Order: sequence, then C-alpha cells, then structure tokens
Amino acid sequence: MPLLRVADMTHYFGGLRAVHNFNLSIEPGEIRGLIGPNGAGKTTIFNLITGIHTPTEGTVELEGRSLLGRQPHEIAASGLGRTFQNLLLWRHMTVMEHVKMAHYSQLTYGLVGALFGTPRRNAEERQVEENTLRLMEMFDVAKYGDWIVGNLPYGAQRRVEMARAMATHPKVLFLDEPTAGMTPEELVQMIAIIRQVHRDFGVAIFLIEHRLKFVMELCQRIQTLVFGEVIAEGTPDEIQNNPKVIEAYLGKEDIH
Amino acid sequence: MEAIDLQADALPSRISRIRAAFSQVPALGWLAGILCTVLIETMWGDPLSYQLYLPKLPVLFGCLIMFKQPTLIPSALAYDILVYLLPIAAVTLATRKITNALAAQLSRLPLWLSGLIHLGLLYLALHFWADLSDYRELVIKLTMIAVMLTLSINLINGYMGEFSCSHPGFMALGAYAASTITLLFFTNDRMFGEALMPPALGPWFFPLALIIGGFVASAGALIVAIPSFRTRGDYLAIISLAFMFIVKSFVENMEWIGGPRGMGSQPNWSTLPVVFVWMVICVWVINNFVRSIYGKALNAVRDNEIAADAMTVNTRKTKMVAFLLGAFWAGVAGGLFAHVMRFINPGTFGIQRLAEILAMVYFGGLNSVVGSIFGAVSINLISEMLRPLEIYKWIVIPLILILVMIYRPTGLIAFREFDIKKILQPKLDKD
Repeated sequence: MPLLRVADMTHYFGGLRAVHNFNLSIEPGEIRGLIGPNGAGKTTIFNLITGIHTPTEGTVELEGRSLLGRQPHEIAASGLGRTFQNLLLWRHMTVMEHVKMAHYSQLTYGLVGALFGTPRRNAEERQVEENTLRLMEMFDVAKYGDWIVGNLPYGAQRRVEMARAMATHPKVLFLDEPTAGMTPEELVQMIAIIRQVHRDFGVAIFLIEHRLKFVMELCQRIQTLVFGEVIAEGTPDEIQNNPKVIEAYLGKEDIH
Repeated sequence: MEAIDLQADALPSRISRIRAAFSQVPALGWLAGILCTVLIETMWGDPLSYQLYLPKLPVLFGCLIMFKQPTLIPSALAYDILVYLLPIAAVTLATRKITNALAAQLSRLPLWLSGLIHLGLLYLALHFWADLSDYRELVIKLTMIAVMLTLSINLINGYMGEFSCSHPGFMALGAYAASTITLLFFTNDRMFGEALMPPALGPWFFPLALIIGGFVASAGALIVAIPSFRTRGDYLAIISLAFMFIVKSFVENMEWIGGPRGMGSQPNWSTLPVVFVWMVICVWVINNFVRSIYGKALNAVRDNEIAADAMTVNTRKTKMVAFLLGAFWAGVAGGLFAHVMRFINPGTFGIQRLAEILAMVYFGGLNSVVGSIFGAVSINLISEMLRPLEIYKWIVIPLILILVMIYRPTGLIAFREFDIKKILQPKLDKD
C-alpha cells in the first residue's frame, strides 16, 4: 500500500484551473521530485495536500485515511511535515523555540499543565528539550540555539526550517525548493543533509525543485508539471531525455 | 598632564564602583532595604515631616506637595533623601554579605517556598507603607489591579499580536457579575434587598464571586474570539472595539443592575492582602502559561499563522485560549476593582479606561511579564503623582508615551522572559 496516495486531484482558483488530474503515490522511504517551470502549480499541489487549500475534486489519502476536509494542523500531526519556498519562520522566536514548537501535537499535559506548571508538564518539556537539542545538533544549528532566527545566515535558516519540520515526526517530508537562493557550498551541504534525513529517519521525501541537477542526483522518480498537468513521469534518466520536458524547459526548436 | 587624566578618570570609576556594589545586592537585600525604609517612615515619618516644615507626611514621595507648593520642593526632596534613598542605600550595601548568604540558603529550598518568603517580605513592606495613609492604600490596590489588567491584555495584544480593544468590556462583565453576586447573596442593600445568605460568610465566598465574574468575562470573550479565526489586524480591532461598546450599552439598558446610574455599596472585601494574593496568582499563572510550549504557540500564531498550522499548532485553540484567559483575568480584576471603588457605572468602563490600559501595556513592553508589571506600576504612579497638574496631566502622559513609541516602539522592557529563579538567586559568589 502506498504511504501517500493522491488520485485525480483537480483545483480551480475561481475560473482558473490550477491543477488538473494530478496523481501521485509515494512509497515508504522513497525520494520523489516534482519539477516544472514557474507558475506550473507545484506549490499549489503542496498546499492542496497539506490542507491549506481544499481540492475541488479528487482524493488525498495518507496510509489509507482520507485527509480531505481536515485542518492543516491535523494533517501535519498525522504525518505530513513541510518546509516553505520563501521561509516561513517566526521572526521573534529563537531557533530553539522553533524546534520546540513543532512538538506541539506530541504534548499531552493540556491547559491545566500549562497554567499551573504540573510535574507532568516539566517532564514532557524536558523530553521535548532533549529531542530539540538532538535535532539542532543534527541540522548543524545547535550553536545558534538562543539566536533570534532572523539573525541567522540564510542557509542556517533553511536548516532550521528542516529541523522544525522533522520535529513534527513526519512520515512524508515535503520540501518546497529547499535550495532556493543558496550558495553552491550550502547546496552541497543541503544534499548531504537530505540524504542523512532520509537514511536516519527513514522518512519518504517529496520535493519541489528548480535546479535539475539537484533533483536528478537525489530523486528516484520525478514528475514534470506544466500548467497544472503532469506531462512526464519517470526515472531521472527518462525525464532528462524526454522531448516534452526539454520543450517545456528550453522551448521548441522551430527555428531551422 | 598625567595627574589631570587620573582625576578625570576618578569620577566615572567611582560611579562604576558604586554601581558594581549595588549590582551585588540580591532581591532579598532590596526587599530588606525597602522594609527598613518603610519601618523608618512608620516610626519617624511624622516628626521628620514636621521638622522639615511639611504640612503632613508626604504621601507619594512628596510629588503632590511639590506641585501644589513649589516653595516646599527642598523640604520634600530632603524628606525623600532622608527617609527613602539613604536608608535603602545604606541597608542594602551594609547587609549585602548577609543577604547574599541568606539568598544562597533560600535558593536551596524549593522555588515556591523561597518565592513565598520573598513575596511575604514584599507584602509586609507594602502593608506598612500603605498603613500610613488611606490614599496610599487605594493607589497600591489600583496599581495591583492595573498589573493584572496589563498582563492579561498583553496575552492578546503582545503575545498573540492582535490589537484588541475589548478589555474594558471584559472588565465590566467581571465587575458587574461579581458585584451582583456579592450584593444579591451577602449584602442588605437597596438594589436587591435582603441578603439571601448570611453576610458573615461573604468574604469566604468572595473568591468564588470573582472567579464567576472571570468566567462571565470569558464567555463574553467568545464574541471576539470566534471572529478572530477568520479576521486579523484592523478588522479584529474594530470588532473588539464594537464589543466594548456593546457591553457598555448593554449594561446601560439593564435597569435591574442599575442601568446608567450604576451599582454601589459593594462590601469592602478587596482588602490589600486579598488584592495582593490575586495579583500574585495572576502573575504566576500567566507567567507559567507564556513560558510553556502552549503559550509560545501564541507567538507562533502571531509571527506566522500558516507556518504554525503546518507545524501541528492548533491555531484556533491557541487563539481561543488567549482570548478566554485574557478575559478571565480582566474579569477578576474588574471584580476586585468594583469592590475597591465600591461603586461602578457603565461610564467607568469606557474609552478612557481602554486608553489607560493600552498606555500601560505599550509603555511597559509587549510580550513580556516584567514589562507589563513595570508599565502598570509606572504609568499608575506617574498619573497619581501628576494629579495636581489636573488637566495638564493628560498632556504629559501622552507625551511620555509618544517618546517611548519613537525610541522603543515595542515598549521599554519588551520580549523578555520572567525567570523567577534568576531574580531570586544570590548576586555575590561565595568565596
């Protein structure tokens, strides 16, 4: 059974058809890529699956349970972690608070614990803190623990976002252009981090990317999206040699 | 040449030495100093003010006298220096070895116990200081109520970042609910007639009345909390302002609780210890909350709601808790306020009250418990001290606010955590 299954998903923004008949099935432990030119609807697909928008038609299932009509935080808690294309960090909060916050759904001490500081709350928060320190170490942001996140270098902010997403204990991790705006060195580090996350957590990864080289190196299967429709699907090699993909990216060869 | 340089250096280094000496004084030392000062005033305040040609004991550090009779400024300043500044400086510095050792002993006790001991000393100081004049007692009570109000509005305006104007409304709900209970059940009065229960039991049921007042305010807060799921920013501010006016005209049109004439003769149960205990509970609970992950979720919702949602934060529940908790404490504060003033009318909870509360929270600092306490205490004391200026008071205080907003847009002590353990710990390492 696939971990995440999306069938015939279509979405309209008013009269505009943003996504048409999108199908996806992600197996446990897979790394899958979604590429396409600007405005093809890649981020919309992420937002539809993670519940920010509700698809007009189609089904979305995680481990056989439908995600349609559920709140984004419920979907996130059931195992879809994500990062954002343009870094949605909390600008007044420290790195440590970011990673701690993502443990929200795992807390059980409730309002009484929060108001009166019960021993149970202290125990749970200590556990969260340990886990947070481990994740910060892993994503190489431990040295920034007490920094306000806006003061961090750009690459480190990206890594904070990944650490935060991993703290929600996802089964599938959605990465929306994880290398956007990164320097070549940071890019190499990011490839290593994604590999490490994949290996250590055994999480399935679904990523959107612009840099073909990056996708080709990481993903086992790739889909190409143009104007909301999948025009090609296959292994990196197949995609690279697909004439439709080349046309979408480089334009048609009609000047002879 | 060198000699001159040395002399020029001497003054700053002396100041920094004095500052270093004071920085070694632990919280316990300051409390001891304040307590000594207050005891000195209790014993020698009256004869001293007579010796200094003051008409009576200066109530608020002589500020009222200074504004009324400028010729008495030297006497009032002398009084302040002799009674307050010198004893505090002398006691804190002289006892800093002992108080540090004591603080080290106390820090080995459980935090709640050493916290209670410090609070007990603070209460004693306030008690003796208030004992010298009824006006002082009133100012202290209103200041403590203002601390509760500021802290509870900071949950919404600071921690959650919504501009809510509904606080006077919450306060009114709490004040009227608590007053109705105490008047109906425990007081023989004109409005509700004979007491339904023995009045002697009243003070014991007073906390219950306040809590019910708090819950009534929370229930009212639903009117603002539910729209906050879909609206933010200016629109929610307008909804909350509308809520305040709804409550006001609702009360004005309820004849059975006095309508526009108001409600009076509440029993005098908001005594100094009662208000003090409620304020401490309020600070403790809200500080607990904002330091927990559930409380930090307010900040996440404020800074980016979509990201908060994607990180499993239940944003609706978070907003709901902020509004209901804020309204609860505003309601309790309103109930205490009604029993301090012993008269409330709808006009008490209007736009002027809102301006005061907002001034306190934005002056003190958003997103900070210390800031709220500081803001409430300083704005309250300043406005009491400037009372002789009459109408000009309302030029001076807004001017101060404008200056704060220009130089520190989030308030004077914003975004700071209130760590009780750090405040109480000894400042001098044992050698």
